Amino acid sequence: MTIIDMTIHELHAALKGKQISSVEATTALLERITAVEPQVGSFITVTPEQALAAAKAADHRIASGDCQLLTGIPLAIKDIFLTEGIRTTCGSRILENFIPPYSATSWEKLRDCGAVLLGKLNQDEFAMGSSNESSAYGTTRNPWDTTCIPGGSSGGSAASVAARQAVATLGTDTGGSIRQPASHCGCVGLKPTYGRVSRYGVIAYASSLDQVGPLTRDVADCAIMLEAIAGHDPKDSTSVDTPVPNYSASLTQGVKGMKIGLPKEYFIDGLDPDVQKAMDAAIDTYRRLGAEFVEISLPNTDYAVATYYLIATAEASSNLARYDGVRFGHRAEADGLLDMYTKSRSEGFGSEVKRRIMIGTYALSSGYYDAYYVKAQKVRTLIMNDFVKAFADVDVMLTPVAPTPAFKIGEKINDPLQMYLSDIFTIPVNLAGTCAMSLPAGFSAAGLPIGLQLIGKPFGEESILRAGYAFEQATEWHIRKATI
Amino acid sequence: MKYQPVIGLEVHVQLLTDTKIFCGCSTTFGSEPNSQTCPVCLGLPGALPVLNKKVVEFAIRAGLSTNCSITPRSIFARKNYFYPDLPKGYQISQFEDPICQLGWLDITVEGQETKRIGITRIHMEEDAGKLVHGDSDMNDGSGVDLNRACTPLLEVVSEPDLRTSDEAVSYLKQLHQIVTWLGICDGNMEEGSFRCDANVSVMPVGSSTFGTRAEIKNINSFKFVKQAIEYEIERQIDLIEDGGTVVQETRLFDPNSCTTRSMRSKEEAHDYRYFPDPDLVPLVISDQWIERARRELPELPEQRQHRFMTDLGLPAYDAEVLTASRALADYFEACVAAHDNAKAVGNWIMGEITRSLNDSGTSIEACPVTPARLAELLKLIDNGTISGKIAKTVFDEMWKSGKTPQTIVEEQGLVQVSDIGAIESIIDEIMAANAGQVEEYRGGKEKVFGFFVGQVMKASKGKANPSVVNELLLTKLQG
Repeated sequence: MTIIDMTIHELHAALKGKQISSVEATTALLERITAVEPQVGSFITVTPEQALAAAKAADHRIASGDCQLLTGIPLAIKDIFLTEGIRTTCGSRILENFIPPYSATSWEKLRDCGAVLLGKLNQDEFAMGSSNESSAYGTTRNPWDTTCIPGGSSGGSAASVAARQAVATLGTDTGGSIRQPASHCGCVGLKPTYGRVSRYGVIAYASSLDQVGPLTRDVADCAIMLEAIAGHDPKDSTSVDTPVPNYSASLTQGVKGMKIGLPKEYFIDGLDPDVQKAMDAAIDTYRRLGAEFVEISLPNTDYAVATYYLIATAEASSNLARYDGVRFGHRAEADGLLDMYTKSRSEGFGSEVKRRIMIGTYALSSGYYDAYYVKAQKVRTLIMNDFVKAFADVDVMLTPVAPTPAFKIGEKINDPLQMYLSDIFTIPVNLAGTCAMSLPAGFSAAGLPIGLQLIGKPFGEESILRAGYAFEQATEWHIRKATI
Repeated sequence: MKYQPVIGLEVHVQLLTDTKIFCGCSTTFGSEPNSQTCPVCLGLPGALPVLNKKVVEFAIRAGLSTNCSITPRSIFARKNYFYPDLPKGYQISQFEDPICQLGWLDITVEGQETKRIGITRIHMEEDAGKLVHGDSDMNDGSGVDLNRACTPLLEVVSEPDLRTSDEAVSYLKQLHQIVTWLGICDGNMEEGSFRCDANVSVMPVGSSTFGTRAEIKNINSFKFVKQAIEYEIERQIDLIEDGGTVVQETRLFDPNSCTTRSMRSKEEAHDYRYFPDPDLVPLVISDQWIERARRELPELPEQRQHRFMTDLGLPAYDAEVLTASRALADYFEACVAAHDNAKAVGNWIMGEITRSLNDSGTSIEACPVTPARLAELLKLIDNGTISGKIAKTVFDEMWKSGKTPQTIVEEQGLVQVSDIGAIESIIDEIMAANAGQVEEYRGGKEKVFGFFVGQVMKASKGKANPSVVNELLLTKLQG
């Protein structure tokens, strides 16, 4: 097996056994990045020198007998995570030259384990998008078909795993931004329960929905990454102080007797036939493994997209007010204060970001607040209650991740509403604040990956990881490699 | 027509916490610009606020001391507007569900009955930074200093229950006394630790519908509060009398001209787009927490005044003066504890101590004469060692040198002379030297008695015991 094809657990065994050094692994991945980056465009910033220095340090650590699961493993992270001394753009022109003075907690945790940072990954601007087309640094392409989008907003995080440019990556998920690109690129992506992972140092899009999670080659890696980043952070008041389970330990317990819910609102007539076929096959697989299926209902699903686009944009309109050209980021040449604000923001933000700031500002405005923001919050409560009720009868839920496989670049760019609907199955999970994972479950006739979504109870990551692992052991979808 | 002014006050109270409300930066005043900042108070991308528990403690104290109810689940909200001193583009404040609601203060204005003023709400919020203009280092541009950004404030909003500028000042002084008494605010109005905005309107006497109000900002002393409100009442009445109408607007007080001028109209007012801050979880305050805070609350000025009157027998006036600040009341009580004569202690504190503090610009906390030393001095008077008059000389020396009263009395030989023989011989000498006055007295001119007391005291260098002098003089003169 070549180094670039290795998973975290495989590479860890090789590092621990001294068959490979971290410098060798890092070099191999940096070479791979150089080789395929012109076709994929996963990265906004590659950091080869820092990566090799970190790899060298990791090798010393390993030589001294300290080889944790992530020590010496070359990773990459979405450019939404602040990295001290390394440019962090969030996919936006407005942060083109922003060098943060501190690092995100989730990245610090990985770094402290000895992980090696290869660079910062492409994404939709401020995580607003489902295709990576809103990035100010070019569209990332799908490694399975470079005429297709990789999904978004963590498009670079998914594409780089699929293209073997990084062993694993971190992304963020506000309405599906980890799961949808993971599905489109054929990798595993997990959005943890809101509060499971610290948001400190992660550039905010919609604070009540944003959550950090891993994108990996397989479920075992996903468990390793989640365990490393999860936990309470005193710097994030919304992070929850509950113990972090040993996710890897319970992976192999199987799904015999597990009750899996099939929400009827997610298996709609318009579902792509290839996606429907993959879901049917997955249900068969789980039945063979001993799981039981229950049809359930999440009756307010239809309102989720509208609710999301009010709450997320309202929060975003406020979160993005700090990009004003005063203290950091792009400042336009201007005549006076108002002119400076207007020009800096007009020049710095792309059109999707502007659209969402305007929608959110409108939703919060005097006279409209009750009709839009307050009402959306009420519907959000109804959606949460749907999940609470449904989870009374089932352990996990199984749904498609996206209604279709990856679409063509440019196909939906001029139709925001169509674009927004590509997150129809992922958004409710964020509104409910619970956890969900996307994992490879088949391919379309055109050879594009199709993902399966497992939704867990709040803080029920163990269950979905276990169910995902059982599926992975029984299938070979995750082993297939992108052709790039 | 006669007009009735209606006034409501919004007071910003800067809290005396060591660190800021949402980060660990220091709140010290006057440091190098931007030296007390971190990613949180700079509003850097990705930074998140974490509530300072001390701020909540202080807010609960303020609420309980102003008869408010404490909200069991209060919410932080974002107030959105753009300004260079506001790093995040929003201020974290409270909007719906503030921490304290529906309290009151009883105020008294001289010559009037006690009046109850409602407090609508008290909420917690962060302060903004400040802009520095036209410094030569900045090529005459403007700079932003974010040291003050994120320092904790309470905003105390009164009901529109105030009717005169005197009532407003009385309310404000009482609130000022409470927050300084509680030790949650230093009360420094010049540095902006305690600042006031006034909402003022007028309506025809007898009307029950309030007039249109103007909000007056930038009033940073009690005197200016009175001036600003009075000017504004006049302005509004004149405007109406001249056939005009008052418009809803924000006005700025100019302390140099004692006038107010328009800052922005209602049309220009911000739409703050308040919404709950998703970065902060709801603040849940248990009954136990409230009860603990209530138990730990110090005795408040009003309660202490009452106790001084009933337990220590002080007149109302003395009790009020001696509870002007918590430190003064503490000083008084420490002194009474060491010398059980409340009236005498009170007189000395209101007299010599206050005078010396004022003359030297010293605060009671830094008073060079400790309560224990003052008690020693008063003991010397009560046991007849020195006279009250000599005591004042001793006190001045104590203030200057820091020596104990005993030492001063001994060193300067100030012990009071009560020895009858010694005093008699002085009286005899003086009567011999002033035979004319003796005759006058005996002839019925009793006023001359004072002259003899003065002469005897002078001859004894003030050390003769005045009551012994009086007694002996009377006997001898009547001879």
